[in-house]
Amino acid sequence: MAEEKKSSTSSGPSGIGRALSELLAPVAGFGVTFSNMFRPAVTEQYPFVKHPTAPRYHGRHQLNRYPDGLEKCIGCELCAWACPADAIFVEGGDNTPDGQYSPGERYGRVYQINYLRCIFCGLCIEACPTRALTMGNDFELAGPTREGLIFTKEDLLAPLKEGMLAAPHPMVEGTTDGDYYRGDVTAPTSAQVDWVAEQRPEDPTLEAAGRAAASDTSGPSARKGAK
Amino acid sequence: MAGIEEKAPGFALGTISDLVGLARKASMWPVTMGLACCAIEMMATGGARFDISRFGMEVFRASPRHADVMIVSGRLSQKMAPVVRQVYDQMAGPKWVISMGACASSGGMFNNYAIVQGCDHIVPVDIYLPGCPPRPEMLLHAILELHEQVKNTPLGLDRVKAARAVEAAALAAVPVQAQKGLLA
Repeated sequence: MAEEKKSSTSSGPSGIGRALSELLAPVAGFGVTFSNMFRPAVTEQYPFVKHPTAPRYHGRHQLNRYPDGLEKCIGCELCAWACPADAIFVEGGDNTPDGQYSPGERYGRVYQINYLRCIFCGLCIEACPTRALTMGNDFELAGPTREGLIFTKEDLLAPLKEGMLAAPHPMVEGTTDGDYYRGDVTAPTSAQVDWVAEQRPEDPTLEAAGRAAASDTSGPSARKGAK
Repeated sequence: MAGIEEKAPGFALGTISDLVGLARKASMWPVTMGLACCAIEMMATGGARFDISRFGMEVFRASPRHADVMIVSGRLSQKMAPVVRQVYDQMAGPKWVISMGACASSGGMFNNYAIVQGCDHIVPVDIYLPGCPPRPEMLLHAILELHEQVKNTPLGLDRVKAARAVEAAALAAVPVQAQKGLLA
């Protein structure tokens, strides 16, 4: 402090200039503050204005379906094995002719993700052989109980899109699970719709699925007819 | 049961508990309880971009006597647990706890001897927040959930009644070890 004074008296501006600089010295310290007043505010108004996350943000999981409504999950437990936090519990079940939930032999009978263990690393997504498990951008997950944050299959399963037929129902006739995986099945067929209409006549997805089956021209059954 | 309350205009129905709930939720001061990486996100929430002061919470108190809410942010080690409990005990009631992040809520990926498997082992938690770490928006969402909870907290005789109802429900519920569901 003393050195500063000495230097200002010896080599600083003299007379009126020095008086002015001494007068403005306390104000100069506010330079950053004043300049920031004229910049736009950076605050995000989160609950009122929600900015979208990055497209590949690791949010809540989703169990996907094939276009005819069968589940993609085959209950192989590879996601549970990949999980570093042991957050996933899977128990597979056998598909039967009366209860075909996914193409092939097996389906995920029990599927639970404990979101209080999950670290959203995405290793389960990489492990999934049928791309059944993916992550969305949904992050509002807080809850008042531990039990409530264990999401079960009903919570995780993707909702049926327009034209999908609710599982269980048989696979498209003449296809294998490989055809499903390669994307050859694009819509439910009329045989599947008939089967569901016989087993569960009051199923709400029947009508839209029937329309989708009638208008589908690129499915395996349609192509078979063309051959 | 048609009484005067069905004819009264809306504003006259406001009760003391509504007023108290509003006052409590509008100025909750958190205690500084940063334990690990979640604390960085908690600090970011206090910063200019997410600005926790929009909800009257910008004053992170170093003294638990001044604080209303404890945000347990980060993994809670066995060694730290008594300290966290002491800080909680020193807070004046009414007080709330947010368990921020996977580690504080359940131990997260650290299922080992060093980490308490969820801070609800030592303090009563009001809101659990998943994420590793949760982004500031997630913390804000949890805080708003807690505000909703605090706003609707019953007072006086209603509070006693609510506590009795919760106790009765807990006694009637199936114990966790007897819950089988789909699990074999």
